[in-house]
Amino acid sequence: MEQENIIQVNELTKKFGDFVAVKGISFEVKKGEIFGFLGANGAGKTTAMKMLIGISKPTSGMAIVAGLNVAQSANEVKKNIGYMSQKFSLYDDLTIKENIRFFGGIYGLKPKTIQEKTIDLIQRLELEKVADERVGQLPLGWKQKLAFSVALLHEPKIVFLDEPTGGVDPVTRRQFWEMIDEEAHNGTTIFVTTHYMDEAEYCNRVSIMVDGKIEALDTPKKLKEQFKVSSMNDVFLKLARNIE
Amino acid sequence: MKRFLGFVKKEFYHIFRDKRSIFILFGMPIIQIMLFGFAITNEINNVNIAILDKSNDAETKQLIAKIDASHYFNIEQKLQSDNEIETVFKKGKIKLVLVFEKDFGQKLTNQSQPKIQIVSDATDPNVANTATNYVNAIIQNYIQEENQGNGQQSGLVIDSRFLYNPDMRSVYTFVPGVMTVILMLVSAMMTSISIAREKEIGTMEVLLVSPLHPFQVILGKVFPYVFLSLINATVIVSLGVFVFGMPIRGSLFLLAAESVLFIITALSLGILISTVAQSQQTAMLISMMGLMLPVIILSGFIFPIASMPLPMQIMSNIIPAKWFIIIIKAIMLKGSDFSLVWKETLILLGMTLFYILLSVKKYKIRLE
Repeated sequence: MEQENIIQVNELTKKFGDFVAVKGISFEVKKGEIFGFLGANGAGKTTAMKMLIGISKPTSGMAIVAGLNVAQSANEVKKNIGYMSQKFSLYDDLTIKENIRFFGGIYGLKPKTIQEKTIDLIQRLELEKVADERVGQLPLGWKQKLAFSVALLHEPKIVFLDEPTGGVDPVTRRQFWEMIDEEAHNGTTIFVTTHYMDEAEYCNRVSIMVDGKIEALDTPKKLKEQFKVSSMNDVFLKLARNIE
Repeated sequence: MKRFLGFVKKEFYHIFRDKRSIFILFGMPIIQIMLFGFAITNEINNVNIAILDKSNDAETKQLIAKIDASHYFNIEQKLQSDNEIETVFKKGKIKLVLVFEKDFGQKLTNQSQPKIQIVSDATDPNVANTATNYVNAIIQNYIQEENQGNGQQSGLVIDSRFLYNPDMRSVYTFVPGVMTVILMLVSAMMTSISIAREKEIGTMEVLLVSPLHPFQVILGKVFPYVFLSLINATVIVSLGVFVFGMPIRGSLFLLAAESVLFIITALSLGILISTVAQSQQTAMLISMMGLMLPVIILSGFIFPIASMPLPMQIMSNIIPAKWFIIIIKAIMLKGSDFSLVWKETLILLGMTLFYILLSVKKYKIRLE
């Protein structure tokens, strides 16, 4: 069964002066898949993602997200996507409940909906005891899960995760990927950037960006076969060496 | 609108949960106004002086009694000879010595111009200068009274009057000055820091990805500070009026309206700074160096602009605080109405529009 494309990117390019950060990339993401957007630091993945979520204008090329052209209707796109930055981006000086209320509020959710979602979310993450504590006191792993859940509050079609596991211990990382997996089963499309190659194994498909270009794009299994190696890390190393 | 209110509420949480913000917002204005009002002052009080009276007649005694009666001076010592003058200065307690020549009273009644010498300790030029002027004034006053009593006129009589501030009270300049500094501090520095903070912790990105318009974000961050700055302005003016007896001779409404305008000027400067600064520290440094120092030095708050070198006088024109100080002094002390301050108001308004346009432009560049 051929699924519909929820993200379609065509020759997307971004220049900063003479420096070309993203060099005409094209790819598509299918509805409900976990799409890994891999690459070393500085390969251009964050720049590319910023163009998809409408906070950076492409120099040329086109991006269609959730059926809408980002350049023309950035605001409509924003209602359909969730975003979690690498810093987890909650307010440390607000309590868990206040954070949920605030972020629900800016997405225009009704107070009643926010209240229901708050109760549900706190239960699911087992945060009942600390619901009125300030977020700053929570361990990093909890913050990360909370940030992810907050990004999903308005039930977006796609959620963009920018390096969501940076600085988190392996056990929490595993738990986090289970959350992602569950959400994907509920039909949300996950677009995730990471430079941990082992995390690529959790993705349905991955693209590997090197120097502003997408050098490989397929399921982890096929990529490993193609490069005749046993881990995604080796795929990445081989790719990087070939380009040099 | 509901979203906006939620945003403003969150902003108030940030402010009220941060001890430093609370201190800058509510501690600083009160401390500053008290400091400037009570401690730092150009006036002199109870300056210790010594008298060397070589004449020792009725006239000198009368004059000395008159000086002693004023609260500016405190006659600490009577000297016997010229040699003692330097010794008392070296001891440091005496700041000024008054010397009457021999036969002072006689010469005064003979109209043959008696001489008084005023010697002052100029290691502190401000005190020396002010004390000398005050003594001069008292003596002039005495001589005039004497002449009138005798029915005689002695040539030229200078009658100087200090309009709007007859007692030369320095509080009258400090209240407008402190108000300007505080409004600048709260509005420009606090907003630029709070916007930079969102960038630093990464929430600005999340806000920009949300359906909130970027201008809604900025407006939501700035609005609480308009409100708090207004409270601050009220506190400072009330302290000025009720504690230091400063008059408000003009319209209170005009004063409030001009204050709102200046708050908006400062806020737009704060936004401009935040478009450049990526971290709280940078924002604070730029505000401190770029705003606070010029406001204190070039606005005419402490140092008179008219006595600055020409290049600095020209530079002072681009400092919004200079114009605001002129406006509030005019309203509070001279009782001026809008027809007398419209030019300064227009300059402030123009500056504000300029900063806002510039910020919008910079902001757009950043988004691209």
